[in-house]
This record gives sequence, structure tokens and C-alpha cells, in this order.
Amino acid sequence: MQLIILIDIGSTFTKVSAVDLETARFLGRFQAPTTPANVNEGLQVALTGLGDELAQAGATSGDIKRARKLACSSAAGGLQMVAIGLVTDLTAEAARQAALGAGARVLKTYAYELTDADRDEIAQLQPDIILLAGGTDGGNHTTIIHNAQVLATLDLNVPVVIAGNRSVAPEVAGYLKNSFNTYITANVMPEIGRLDVEPARQVIRQVFMDTIVQAKGLAKAEELIEGIFMPTPAAVLRAGTLLSKGAPGLAGWGDLLIVDVGGATTDVHSLGMGHPSRSGTVMRGLPEPFAKRTVEGDLGVRVSALPLVEAVGAEVIASHLGWDPEEVRGAAAKITANQDYLPQTSEDVEFDQALGYFAAKTAVGRHAGRLSEVYTPTGAVWIQEGKDLSQFRAVIATGGVFINSSAPAAMLEGAARDNSDPLALKPVDPVYYLDGDYLLAAAGLLAEDYGQAAFRLMEHSLKRVS
Amino acid sequence: MNGKTLVLGVIGSDVHAVGNKILEISLKEAGFNVVNLGVLVSQKEFVEAALETAADAVLVSSLYGHAEIDCRGLREAFIEAGIGDIRLYIGGYLVVGNQPWEETRAKFEALGFDRVYPPNTLPEEFIPQLKQDLGIEE
Repeated sequence: MQLIILIDIGSTFTKVSAVDLETARFLGRFQAPTTPANVNEGLQVALTGLGDELAQAGATSGDIKRARKLACSSAAGGLQMVAIGLVTDLTAEAARQAALGAGARVLKTYAYELTDADRDEIAQLQPDIILLAGGTDGGNHTTIIHNAQVLATLDLNVPVVIAGNRSVAPEVAGYLKNSFNTYITANVMPEIGRLDVEPARQVIRQVFMDTIVQAKGLAKAEELIEGIFMPTPAAVLRAGTLLSKGAPGLAGWGDLLIVDVGGATTDVHSLGMGHPSRSGTVMRGLPEPFAKRTVEGDLGVRVSALPLVEAVGAEVIASHLGWDPEEVRGAAAKITANQDYLPQTSEDVEFDQALGYFAAKTAVGRHAGRLSEVYTPTGAVWIQEGKDLSQFRAVIATGGVFINSSAPAAMLEGAARDNSDPLALKPVDPVYYLDGDYLLAAAGLLAEDYGQAAFRLMEHSLKRVS
Repeated sequence: MNGKTLVLGVIGSDVHAVGNKILEISLKEAGFNVVNLGVLVSQKEFVEAALETAADAVLVSSLYGHAEIDCRGLREAFIEAGIGDIRLYIGGYLVVGNQPWEETRAKFEALGFDRVYPPNTLPEEFIPQLKQDLGIEE
């Protein structure tokens, strides 16, 4: 046995999982409440609990002590970012994509010239990192320079990642370097129609590891573990990328979708290019990154239950459940108000099932591209904006609401195409899988140094549910 | 490279792609940095691409007779975006049927285009004018 321990320091729970690298099998997991004042305390409790779990598998406390321990974290608000670009639909959106793909919570995206009021708002938002883009390479340089000058007067010690017009990047850094740590990386949109978000994502992750972990008071954990290597959503995206592409000697699953329904937000990760599956379709809008993550802040099954009901419509959920709309609103309000809510009655369970279904349905609907028909003098033409997910075969569910459900596949059906909205390019006839052991983030951490083991671990643990 | 950036595309619900591709190749050979938006391009896309790339001129093509409707307000959209003095060119089958060329030209000049080209204009005819307009020394 070659033990490795993978840790997810979440905002409420610190979750530790043990994996045997030789067999790529999951051995056990344990979770303890996260202790924000000193994360070590919660981590220690979790590791001790894991020790008891593993005693049956023959691992000693010495084995656990010696094992490599790698962590990701979404504690202390996760990685919070502000993204800045020039045009809303171009470099500002590219910057937002880069931040999301790095696992960040994007507090706000700014386009065009920043005003003093914007600067004051950024000071209040207190982002952990600012991503500053704007202009294609050799293109507009006045806006990013103006924005750097405005940011220079910001009364906040925050790292700035510069990923805009290459021609003026050193000049932009020059305006900022007296008060900020600056990092210059490749332009998120070097030319119109081309996205290059991966270099910015790498730099953001490095800054997260080197400084944000420290600033958030999480560095103490590094006495017990090797390091906190990435924000948790970045680990999930990385696991998805590995599963899609495969590891040396192991064929990947191809295009796939991960749906992560949480209490506060729903994340959707798509791995695949999503080019048109219908011939003669014209692509419009920003090109899409292979690994794309969207976060829906109004869709969740606990604290965001009420916003979810508002987004979907109480009447829609009511007719799905055969309830009265007022009952739906009441049930959602109760869940949103009560932090420690646990479903008790059969109605509670039924309502959770509906919340999960509509969270998946709405979040995947927003993530997926859309077709629209344009009539031209030479006939109708299809225009596609966003990714075509219709041929994506695997849809993987993660998150407590799925794992605790007795019918996760029924909940996941929200992710598939429905005939009432045929122009939304959601998966047609997908196969559903469940991340029953909460291993996706762990696999993403493992992927760094042990690609094959991480891939096999996912193949072993993801359970087909349809 | 001559250091000048051009945005080109076929405006509106027009899917004629061949001329657009030939234009792109000719302009690249002439040393321009070309941002080709392709077919079915909206006014918004022309403006946003010109803004991000700090383009020196925008070349609009239209080959299906509806250019007048598609181009109404285009100059104003550039003015709104703060790049109202950008040079605008248009060419192609701009109107339906055999209307007098001078009238067509006047119509499009009134819409804010700096130069208007009739059907079957060859790249070698207008590229020298384009270079002259943008102050490129041969």
C-alpha cells in the first residue's frame, strides 16, 4: 500500500480522503468542521478520524503521518477576484472566463474605463486578486493604461495579474509596481476570435499558492501538510480535464460535463470544444475554452434555495411537485433561513429532489450554447452561440444533494435536453455518473503528480446511475 | 507589415463568404494586420472588434442588396463607442437592381462611409487608395 491523503478545506467542513496509489483505490474519508481561527485544529480532528477509518484497512497512525498530504481549499470565502477588460463581450468576458477557470469566485467584472466610483467599489469588495485585461495584442492600449492609473490609487494591498495588450504590459505594470505585486502573463484575448486563458489561470493559481493562502491565515495548515495547491473548484476542473483527455496509456472519456450542486451555488464544468454538431451552422460570439466553468450564485439547495425558486418560478416548481406555489415559497424560505437545515419528512426529501433537479436544469441551461435561426435571402441559417453540448456523453454529478438522494439520475435529468426548449444545446441522451465518494476534487489534486492513478481512481469510484 | 489594423466582415444576414476570404488574403499580402469577422456580422461586433484592436479602418462588405438597412446607425455606433473618427469603407452589391451608381454612392456617403465601392472592384484598385488614406508610404 502506498498511502496518500487528499484534503479539501471547505468553508464549513474539512474533508480528508485516503487513496492507495498502487491500486488507485479509495480507502476512506472523514470530515470535521473547519476551524477558521486555526485551520490546524479542524484538520487534526479530521486526520485523527481518518486514522480510525483506516485502521481496518491495516494502515497505522505512522503510515498516515508519513503519507503525502495535498490540499485544496475554498475556506475563508475561497479565491475572490475582480476581472477587468475593455469590451464587455470581448476582453472583459475573456478575463472573467480566465478567473472562473482558475477556481475563483468573480465578485464583479468591469468593462471600459474604470471610474473613481468603480475603484472605491473594488476597495469595498476586497478581492484577493485583480485580473487586469484589455485590448488585443497591438490593439487598444489607452483603456488598460487608464485603468492601471486608476487602480494605482486603490487603497488595498492586492496582487494584480496583467493579461492584456502585450505591447503595453510593462508600462501597465510600471504604474502599479509601487503599491502592488504585479504579474505579467499572456493576453487572455491576443486577437479577436482567439482566447488564451490557460497562462493567466496558471499565474492565478501560483499567486493563490504563494500569497493568498498566507493572507487568508490558511498557511498554518502547512505545518501538517505539504501545501494548499489550488482553490477547490480548480481541482474539480482539473479532474474533469484529466478524465476527458485521459492519462498516458489510458484513453479519456472524451467530452463530458460535471454538475456540482451546492448549498449556495451551482457550478457547471464542461470539458470539450463544443463545436457545432449540425452542419452549416455559423459560430458567433466569444470562442469557448476547452475547460469551461460557470458558477450560478442564485442556484443552490440550501442558503440559495429561495433565490433558486425565484429564478425558476415558484409556479413551475409547484406544478412539477403537484404543490401549491405558496407551499414552495414557504419551504424554500425555511431552508434559506436555517443554516443547519436537514430534510426530515418525506415532503422535505421530495422538495430537495425538486431543488436539485431545477438547479441542474437551470445551471446547465445557462452553461450550454444556444441555436438561433436567421433568415437570409438565400434561406435559413443556424447561428450557434456558446458550446454545443448535445453530443456530450457523460454527465457527472457531485455534491451532497445528489449523493444523499435515492434517485440521483432523476435529479440529473435536468441536465439533459428537453423538448420544451430544443434550441438549448444541452446533452441529448447522456449517461449519468455519480461522484459518490466526493473524490473529484481529490482526483484533481492527485492529477498533478500522479495522472494515471488519479484517472484510475475516478474510473473506479464514479458510479453509473443510468 | 505596415502597422495598420483593418477590421473586415460581411454585414447583416448575409452569408457570402468567398469574396470576404479573397479580400482577407489580398489585404494581408498588402501588409495589413487583418481582423476578419467573417459573415453574418452585426454592427455591434464591428464596433467592439475595432475598439479592442484599435483598428485604423473598418471594411464592410454586403452582397445581398440590404446594405442600407444594415448600415443605418453604424457611424453613430462608432461615435458612441468613442472611435467616431475611424475610417469606414463599404463595397459589394449594395442595392437591389440597376440603380444609378452615383445615387448609391451618395446614399452610403450620407450614412457615414468615407469610400463606397461598386460591385466587381478588384483589390488592386482600392488597396492603393486605402494605403493613401491611411498615410502608408509605398
